[in-house]
Amino acid sequence: MVLDAAHGGDDTGGRLANNQLEKSFTLALSVRLRSLLVARGIPVVTTRDSDAAVDPVKRAEIANRAQAQACLSLHASESGSGIYLFASSLAPAAPARFPAWKTAQAAAVMRSLKLAGVINSALLHAGMSVTLSRTSLPAMDSMTCPAVAVEIAPEQNHETAAGLDDKDYQARVAAALAAALLEWRTDAGRTEARP
Amino acid sequence: MIPRHQRILFIFLLVASLAMGAVLWLLRQHAHQRLLAGQDSAPTSAPAVAPAEQAILLMASDSDGSILTQLHSLPLSADAGARARAVLGKLLDLYAAPDAAHHVPGGASSVLQVFLLPAPEITGAVPAAGKTKIADSRNVVAVSRESRANPPAAPSQYAPQAGPLLAVVNLTGSFAANHPSGIETEMLTVLSICGTLRANLPRVTQVRFLVDGQQRATLAGHADLTRTYLTGDAVPSNEAHP
Repeated sequence: MVLDAAHGGDDTGGRLANNQLEKSFTLALSVRLRSLLVARGIPVVTTRDSDAAVDPVKRAEIANRAQAQACLSLHASESGSGIYLFASSLAPAAPARFPAWKTAQAAAVMRSLKLAGVINSALLHAGMSVTLSRTSLPAMDSMTCPAVAVEIAPEQNHETAAGLDDKDYQARVAAALAAALLEWRTDAGRTEARP
Repeated sequence: MIPRHQRILFIFLLVASLAMGAVLWLLRQHAHQRLLAGQDSAPTSAPAVAPAEQAILLMASDSDGSILTQLHSLPLSADAGARARAVLGKLLDLYAAPDAAHHVPGGASSVLQVFLLPAPEITGAVPAAGKTKIADSRNVVAVSRESRANPPAAPSQYAPQAGPLLAVVNLTGSFAANHPSGIETEMLTVLSICGTLRANLPRVTQVRFLVDGQQRATLAGHADLTRTYLTGDAVPSNEAHP
């Protein structure tokens, strides 16, 4: 699995509640999620482990070199509510031997949509509201793995309300994402084992 | 005793001076008359005011991630480029309101220009993506973005007269700098701009963005502004009237 904590260094991302920066939030979530996945025996590659600037090209290079089963790009925003899942808006294309760099994700879009579906189920099971959408992100569009961007916004539904600085909310999101990736990996293993 | 020839010269110079003074006075009078004639500012014909038309704005909402159409009456120019700038200006004015469902500071002055060019055939363009909202109850509410029939745009003296158009929207740097950061909120802005252009100028099939005349990687850290956006499926079919 590849975990891509968005932003870093001079690129602070958005400003969240309590003056927290998006780059710090995504890094903390990446570290937490990596711990959960490694504890379940899932090898993890991260695009950054510190407050370092990593450009989109480098992020995609790291992901493509890892030949990962799934890539998650982690984001956060004060706008909206709940969890937003984004797959690439590129039109699906047949795998090519030498895919174009900017549209390399096109060959994996269908698997990315399936991955988004698995994560969506896990988050709904954890009682969160989810919005599925498609978008164009420079790093994600160059990844060859099934890739989903996860944007976490404050939880504001009729049952619960939790800000991004709520530790319990962060833990629930990380646990649900870890459960989804575990299920995805298990399903992928079953598919490969099938004759 | 003054010699005779000197008296004659003096009289000649005196007459010449008086004659030149008279000519100058006449020229001044003529110039004054011309100036007065040029300053006649009384209106002789009414200024051409564009008639108010129904503009279709695709309004985004942060609360549920939806984009719905609204009809607004606007004076719209016959020129397609000015028309595009006017509808986008109105859209961003509504977003700048403090109680806007998708609040983005800036307003109409954030759109510097909208250029309309013949649309090139491209590969790898990004379709304006559809969205699906999944609520807690697991009900699925799909917001369709099917194309709809719209009245054709008036021909422009600057835009090509036929064929699909590429709209190049030049935004101000302050608009991008003050835009809220986030994938969802940035995509809502991009999609609503693309959809509004398509709804009012059906020939606009592609949209590109510039910021202060330069290409910029992202709007506010997320939405990719280096790509060409396709507007074909960016217009919802259900309308919400104001």
